[in-house]
Amino acid sequence: MSDVLDIRGLRVTFTGGARPVRAVDGVDLAIARGEVVALLGESGSGKSVTLRSILRLHPPRKSRIEGSIRVGGTDVLALQGQALADFRGKGASMIFQEPMLALDPVYTVGEQIVEAMLRHEPMPRADARKRALTWFEHVRIPSPERRLDVYPHEMSGGMRQRAMIALALACQPELLLADEPTTALDATVQVQILLLLRELQRELGLSMLFVTHDIGVAVEVADRIAVMYAGRIVEIGAVREVIRKPRHPYTQGLLSTRGHGGRLQGRRLPAIAGSPPDLAHLPPGCAFAPRCRLAADACRESAVGAVEVGADHLVRCLRTDETATT
Amino acid sequence: MALLEVRGLVKRFPVKTDFLGRTASFVSAVDRIDFDLHEGETLGVVGESGCGKSTTARLLMHLIAPTAGTIRFEGRTVGTPGLTWKAFLRQVQMVFQDSYASLNPRLTVSESIAFGPTAHDVSRREAEARAHSLLARVGLEPARFAGRFPHELSGGQRQRVNIARALAMQPRVLILDEAVSALDKSIEAQVLNLLLDLKDEFRLTYLFISHDLDVVRFMASRVLVMYLGRVAEIGPTEALYTGSRHPYTTALLGSLLSMDPDRRTSASPISGDPPNPINPPAGCRFHTRCPYAEVVCSAQVPALAPVASGHSAACVMSQPGSGHSRAAGKAA
Repeated sequence: MSDVLDIRGLRVTFTGGARPVRAVDGVDLAIARGEVVALLGESGSGKSVTLRSILRLHPPRKSRIEGSIRVGGTDVLALQGQALADFRGKGASMIFQEPMLALDPVYTVGEQIVEAMLRHEPMPRADARKRALTWFEHVRIPSPERRLDVYPHEMSGGMRQRAMIALALACQPELLLADEPTTALDATVQVQILLLLRELQRELGLSMLFVTHDIGVAVEVADRIAVMYAGRIVEIGAVREVIRKPRHPYTQGLLSTRGHGGRLQGRRLPAIAGSPPDLAHLPPGCAFAPRCRLAADACRESAVGAVEVGADHLVRCLRTDETATT
Repeated sequence: MALLEVRGLVKRFPVKTDFLGRTASFVSAVDRIDFDLHEGETLGVVGESGCGKSTTARLLMHLIAPTAGTIRFEGRTVGTPGLTWKAFLRQVQMVFQDSYASLNPRLTVSESIAFGPTAHDVSRREAEARAHSLLARVGLEPARFAGRFPHELSGGQRQRVNIARALAMQPRVLILDEAVSALDKSIEAQVLNLLLDLKDEFRLTYLFISHDLDVVRFMASRVLVMYLGRVAEIGPTEALYTGSRHPYTTALLGSLLSMDPDRRTSASPISGDPPNPINPPAGCRFHTRCPYAEVVCSAQVPALAPVASGHSAACVMSQPGSGHSRAAGKAA
């Protein structure tokens, strides 16, 4: 029971449209205290929907969540009203992709952090401000005292993301969620934010679930990687295992399209054929089968269970005998 | 002679007006850039947001008017009676990043593709035939896709339509402005392969703008690095990736992630964000973030000077006699 996060059989269905869309289809995921897990996937794979479910950010009238989510012993799906508001920020908090949209434009960043802290813990305003200043120092914002009093639009993109991280950490949540926190940033700034997150994680022993579409980013921050496709985790394991010995054909395909440098110049990239499935019309079997070079009849017939191919390395694939890398 | 020659191109945008409505300050989005595009090559353009790479593309397409500078195509200056913009734009087409915003939502896919040729006096029937054959060529079966509307397609399919539409004008140069950046990695690889095939088949020349250094290394034969509206470095792809001569290029390449769990990035190559382009630093615009900056760097604007065959950098460190301690003492 030492897991900070324990997700079992999570299913998220959006019912707002003409047909129900099953965005997450049976996700099991546990994160130990102090561990960083990257949820890797392309658009529509369900990675952000999984993440947002943990804070219950989906509109309740247009979505259905099944399964269980526990954060540090709290049954998240049972939370109502005040208890849910208490949980957000304190139980788990989130770093969003676009700090410009996540921060309130009419309050200074300092005010927003102070407000968040006072919401969860009664203390004199001056003390809260002092703590906010400490957080600004933690996230290495230069001239932090002065920067507390600026508005989000007065900061550069990298600085805003640092402020966003300070805000997310201010109430010392048990679990930190990050939704593509470096995707909107320039390359030279992205590296700085990744390094900052890694340092903070080590310093404070943070437990993190990190959503990204970029394998390079996942490798930089994560202890384990979970690869999602069409609402399911198709492969999960330690970073080294998944990167060096990927066993799901989809993971293998993703890895083979990246990082070739100049070696492939003038040749063609090894591409995965076809496109991701329509989530409103998922096939009965493995959702990747229509694009898979190894797909057999059995793959298309019924849902594929997870197989253990190494220590804590699970793959949802029937053809793992064929995918072993030599 | 280069196919396309850009000389002294400048674009300044007014950003603030005083109480009389006069412009008080400018952003120099593109500030006196020179480069050549050779027939049959792929010139990659890289740089961070605000460096002017997209503005350069828009200037070439005449979507915005330049403040100064000339563009020559096959030796003739564009925008003169010798070569009008309309005649030039028949030869140069562009594919944008946002595949949805760049298509008219009320036109079917084949109408969108046929629109350009019809506007340039191709008969409707021929334009339609061209649209169908191009759809087939970019991997979209005409019978299934010709009558569809943009919202009925996936992002990858829409970008294929945009490529087909650009090709419908039978251009010689294609400007690809972050054309694959919005696509998922598995789809991106398909579209990149398609672009390579089309380049061979139609003998195209590409100006390939991207923030993704990995993709540029794969696609481009030469690379142009921009920083705050200026050219920092230009050279053959491998020479530049393995022996960059501008510290900004080095920093940019140093921020490429290794994809290797045992070689994680341990230090950031440079600190801070790119400065505000409204008040760019004097002298070399990179000097505020450059680890090697000296007094001379803020005193003078470094010229883009050759450092090797076909390889130039705008850095005083590679300019003998410039006064920088890392430069050779006397001009050779």
